Amino acid sequence: MKRLINVHPQPALRIGLTLIPFVLALIAYVVASDIRLQENPNDKLLPGLTAIGDAIDRMAFQESKRTGTILFWDDTLASMQRIAIGISLSALLGLVVGIGNGLVPLIRANLSSFVAILSLIPPMAILPVLFIVFGLGELSKVMLIIFGTAPFIMRDMQQRVLELPPEQLIKAQTLQANTWQIICRVVLPQVLPRLIEAVRLSLGAAWLFLIAAEAIASTEGLGYRIFLVRRYLAMDVILPYVAWITILAFMFDLSLKQLSQWLFPWYHKK
Amino acid sequence: MSYIEVNNLWKTYGDQVVLENVNLSVEKGEFVTIVGASGCGKSTFLRMLLGQEQPSKGEIVHDGKPLAPEPDQHRGIVFQKYSVFPHLTVLNNVILGVEFTKNRLFGKLFGASKKQAIEKARVLINAVGLSHAENKYPHELSGGMQQRLAIAQSLIKEPEILLLDEPFGALDPGIRADMHELVLNLWRETGTTIFMVTHDLKEGFYLGTRLWVFDKLRHDLHAPERFGAGVTYDLPIGRCEERLYESIQTNVDNTARKAEAA
Ligand SMILES: Nc1ncnc2c1ncn2[C@@H]1O[C@H](COP(=O)(O)OP(=O)(O)OP(=O)(O)O)[C@@H](O)[C@H]1O
Ligand SMILES: [Mg+2]
Repeated sequence: MKRLINVHPQPALRIGLTLIPFVLALIAYVVASDIRLQENPNDKLLPGLTAIGDAIDRMAFQESKRTGTILFWDDTLASMQRIAIGISLSALLGLVVGIGNGLVPLIRANLSSFVAILSLIPPMAILPVLFIVFGLGELSKVMLIIFGTAPFIMRDMQQRVLELPPEQLIKAQTLQANTWQIICRVVLPQVLPRLIEAVRLSLGAAWLFLIAAEAIASTEGLGYRIFLVRRYLAMDVILPYVAWITILAFMFDLSLKQLSQWLFPWYHKK
Repeated sequence: MSYIEVNNLWKTYGDQVVLENVNLSVEKGEFVTIVGASGCGKSTFLRMLLGQEQPSKGEIVHDGKPLAPEPDQHRGIVFQKYSVFPHLTVLNNVILGVEFTKNRLFGKLFGASKKQAIEKARVLINAVGLSHAENKYPHELSGGMQQRLAIAQSLIKEPEILLLDEPFGALDPGIRADMHELVLNLWRETGTTIFMVTHDLKEGFYLGTRLWVFDKLRHDLHAPERFGAGVTYDLPIGRCEERLYESIQTNVDNTARKAEAA
């Protein structure tokens, strides 16, 4: 009998094992929902699958009477835009500041501690400041995402640059590289796959801050909708929205992973 | 005046004296091998030759001028590992030296100038026997192939001085012998001045024109960091006896044992 740590499931078994918790969760939900609905057909807490289906149809496939557009897609588009802009700017800032801090001692002396302190400020605590300074529009939401994710990416990138073997930087100098060339040809290509990793790790936080900002001040967005319909205990809308956010997050993560494997084959085979 | 002069060189890290009062002169085209117990300052000495570190006292003069205080294209280096860039193929690792020189802005060549660089690189890649692996990434190469690549990569700059810090330390004996041939051939063809650190005294005797032994002249058992190492033997190779070889081996082993015990 092999040790447990050496027993690897066959592909078919692995897929089965992966699916089991999802199926069990779904069954548990349906059963619980059934029990509650039998007691009280007007129960809102655990709507049945048909009620959820109806809500999805209403939100995602029919125009809203009030706005004449399809709310679900409005919300999705608004949220995706905010998170895409926010995380892209964070990545860019993280890359620039991280490489500066990691590679150039003068910049590190200047900025490294500042970034470290910055990353300790709880972003939610300064959300009011952002609303006051940037208004209630798009800017403050994007700023919150940046504020919540950029310091982490900056520090992570700095760490990754510092982890490059010093031999490489010396080698480049003996090949007549100047600092800028070292950044372009040695550091940047090697930290880009790590940047993608850092972004993947920050996406959870980015969603958190997005939904928080939308919940507080917004007129559309996935987070806004969830908090809006909460007033009517509309679980039939909230649950599919949560599932949809999860799916979006999963797709983001997966596509970043694929992108990295496609762009940086040397990194993943190392 | 010699090509390279080391005058009164000292290196200390805090209270620890690593090298003390080293005086040497080297002529152009010499092949110096350096042996010595682990931790006695061989790499430190190479780092100072490279300009990566500065002497605590004394100076190194190259061609009549003080050595530049940072690494540059006149001095190539091959480390025991991490000498090649993992994100570049063999060919791109080698042309990099040309790209840095020809495109000062981004260090990347295109079109005709890139073709030229590739041709130059192929000659070297061929010389180190990697033609069949031109498009492979370093992680796809064996240790010996990676070191060949590192050598080709350095040689494209036609460095006046080539520093090798235990370049074959991680290779097995058969491959090592191949690498010796390779280095000797390249040295004869290019006329570069080579400094090579090795742990293998046989290797030190076989390669090169001159062997240096770095060792402590004085020992303080209670404070081993008090005294640094100097050059205890400076031998023209090909003119020494088996007895001397054995006595050097014993000395080096003793120092290593003392360092271990401390
Ligand atoms: N940056 C540093 N700061 C402090 N001490 C250092 C530093 N670099 C080297 N040393 C010390 O200097 C001594 C010599 O180190 P060096 O790497 O030159 O030895 P070496 O002869 O190359 O040894 P090995 O054969 O193991 O490579 C060692 O005791 C080491 O601990
Ligand atoms: Mg060493």
